[in-house]
Amino acid sequence: MNDRLLDFAIRYGFLILLVGLIIYFSLAAPGFFGPLSAAFVLQSVAITGILALGVTCTLVVGGFDLSIGAVATSALMLSAYSMVILEHPTIVAVALCLGMGALVGFINGILIVKFRVPDLLATLGMMFLLIGLQRIPTQGNSIATGMTLTDGTVAEGTFSAAFLWLGRHRFDLVIERLLPMPVVIFIGIAVLIWLFLGFTRHGRLMYAIGSNERAAALVGTPVNSYKVAAYMISGVTASIGGILLAARLGRGDIASGNNLLLDSVAAALIGFAVLGAARPNAFGTAIGALFVGILLQGMTMMNAPYYTQDFVKGAVLVAALVFTFYLSSRRSGTGH
Amino acid sequence: MAVDALKVNGLQKSFGKNHVLRGIDVALEPGSVTVLMGANGAGKSTLVKVICGHHRADGGSMTLAGKAFDPVDAADAIRQGVVTVHQSIDDGVIPDLDVANNLMLDRLVERSHGLFVRERHLRAEAAKVAAAMGIDVNLRARVSDLSVADRQMIAIARAMARAPKVLILDEPTSSLSATEADRLFALIDRLRAQGVAILYISHRMSDIRRIADRIIVMRDGAISGTFETTPLDYEAAVTAMLGHRMTEVDVAVQSGTAPVLELADLRLFNGSAPITLQACDGEVVALVGLLGSGKSRLAEILYGMARPASGAIRINGTDYTPRSVEDAVAEGVFMSPKDRGTNAVIPAFDIADNMTLPFLKGLSVGSFLKANRQKTRAQEMVSQLGIVCQSVGDGIGTLSGGNQQKVMIARWLLEPAQVLLLDEPFQGVDIGARRDIGRHIRATTQGRATLVFLAEIDEALEIADRIVVMNEGAIVGEHKNQNVDLAALVADISGAQSTATGTFS
Repeated sequence: MNDRLLDFAIRYGFLILLVGLIIYFSLAAPGFFGPLSAAFVLQSVAITGILALGVTCTLVVGGFDLSIGAVATSALMLSAYSMVILEHPTIVAVALCLGMGALVGFINGILIVKFRVPDLLATLGMMFLLIGLQRIPTQGNSIATGMTLTDGTVAEGTFSAAFLWLGRHRFDLVIERLLPMPVVIFIGIAVLIWLFLGFTRHGRLMYAIGSNERAAALVGTPVNSYKVAAYMISGVTASIGGILLAARLGRGDIASGNNLLLDSVAAALIGFAVLGAARPNAFGTAIGALFVGILLQGMTMMNAPYYTQDFVKGAVLVAALVFTFYLSSRRSGTGH
Repeated sequence: MAVDALKVNGLQKSFGKNHVLRGIDVALEPGSVTVLMGANGAGKSTLVKVICGHHRADGGSMTLAGKAFDPVDAADAIRQGVVTVHQSIDDGVIPDLDVANNLMLDRLVERSHGLFVRERHLRAEAAKVAAAMGIDVNLRARVSDLSVADRQMIAIARAMARAPKVLILDEPTSSLSATEADRLFALIDRLRAQGVAILYISHRMSDIRRIADRIIVMRDGAISGTFETTPLDYEAAVTAMLGHRMTEVDVAVQSGTAPVLELADLRLFNGSAPITLQACDGEVVALVGLLGSGKSRLAEILYGMARPASGAIRINGTDYTPRSVEDAVAEGVFMSPKDRGTNAVIPAFDIADNMTLPFLKGLSVGSFLKANRQKTRAQEMVSQLGIVCQSVGDGIGTLSGGNQQKVMIARWLLEPAQVLLLDEPFQGVDIGARRDIGRHIRATTQGRATLVFLAEIDEALEIADRIVVMNEGAIVGEHKNQNVDLAALVADISGAQSTATGTFS
């Protein structure tokens, strides 16, 4: 009986907590429960959620990607540079960013599988490198239309309407102009990654690599290719996050996106606790991102000061990790 | 006669229901090398761990130079004069410190040592220790830059700095080349002359011939033989180690039909003798040999994990040169590796996922897995092999060792193989599961050649049509599994006729 209770707590505890949170805020904070508020929460978590889904793929193969935040801000700066200074059309700017993300992921993967650099260190180095690199073309300045370039000319390009549409368009749902484009993309990517990791043989082999790399190699799995692929997925999703951020801000702001890395890693780790999975999974990651978003939105509406936000996120993360690692270890031999 | 350096009386140790040591009596004399032999799981490591204070004994007693000896932990055992050099050398040294610091490390932890390191004093002391042990390396070199043999010398020298009464060496040559091993033996000779009692654990016959003064053999948690009259009877020692009770399983010996796998003048290592071997369709060939006999190397070569030094492999007449495990699997060469915990089991997966892992491609539409098909296939194997579980959705960790191993074997029976390699398929498996696995392997042999790599004779007699003995990287004997001359088989395994000197590394 006690075992079944524990099992139930591990499996549904986090979802029950989430529902409880929603009910509490709905009662305590007028205006919390409603489509506008929901759209706002989703909007606030969409970009970190997309990055978190990418890092989930690297966690699945037993790795880690610390460079996602830097990839996102690099994509932000690259799209601005491409459109504002080089005056490229939208499609070129987007393609450049996605290609940059894939390339960074590829280099990360090669550093890890060929040069045997530990994943945390390789991606930490890459993060550092990118943070520096994105400042070089503009001498450390933000990019906006009308800025003076080093050769004395003025940047005349602008973010195209099509590009801004990616970040700012709102679809009609229940209310006119409710659902922002980034949220739609977030949900789309979440479904894709969920299908990929959970229901394809590639996903299954990636989980096998994360659980016992040697055993996976000894059944003939191309372990290195899968690992590189995981980092490339992570790089591409991070660059999508960066594109959406640029499209929302409408300028290449050097200082934005500082919190992206920590927030998205936290969402992916909180995801371990959802449904008692005790391992990285796309559904958990999406719920984890949502959980943090709802908590912050509710607290803001109840007038909690903004500077308590990081503290709350940290507390949720620590609680979720205890939940995952302590409770699950007490439950013997789990399948999935 | 001198007092025994270490005397062990009626030592008992159990882990849960598992009775690992069943009353062990051992005496080690000063100035003598006692070799301890025993197959995997015989209880050697447990005995060593009790003596060096890692485990507490459940029963029995030990005396050290006549005084009662009951170490509370490893540090206590060392303090009292029993020092152990473990198998993995890097446990005995700090790779990032230089040689002098490593040699003096034990002094640094003493409380009487002051706060500051007296650099010059430390180096002078280290030089003295190194000279006494005949170690000739630069004392300022970082240990991580040294060869394995040098590192091991340093680990032993560290141990000797405490002037122990008893020195235990656990498979010290397992990662050494022949010349490096010679240096180690010279050191052991010197220590023996100084009056240290040495307990030397090894499987390598060449080592044992070189240094043993006496041999004790363990089997199933008890001493199954003590050999101390010169000349030492090495064959009897191997017999005592492997045991060969006649098995209750009757094998209907097949000679197979067409040859499937052919090895032509295959050299496993540079300088080892060439191997020529055929394995036929429908035949089960057991390759037996002690640790280091080259049978693991052969398995690795056949499975694309290593390259032979020279020679050719053919499957059904066509050349087979796998460059990776993927190549091997694509060519229909499957291997169930030894040590399933490290090499085969995916702990996070359930039975069905574990079993179908190599063949997911055939169980998917496009990239998407057909979960139902996966379950049905796994369910078929579960009933064929008699795997005890509630459903194929059970976590692999909920199964007993024998049932886990059945899942690992079933994995490679899902699709037809050209060549099936089974490396120690009975490792950590109870007798019932062992019979089930053996029966099923023998029942499905049609259409493939089956090679089983084994250390135990009993197991080979239970499963094989033909037993091929390996020693020092070469084939030294072949026996049809019918009225086998066990004495000759054991002689082949212990390398009695072999004059090879172990020149491969």
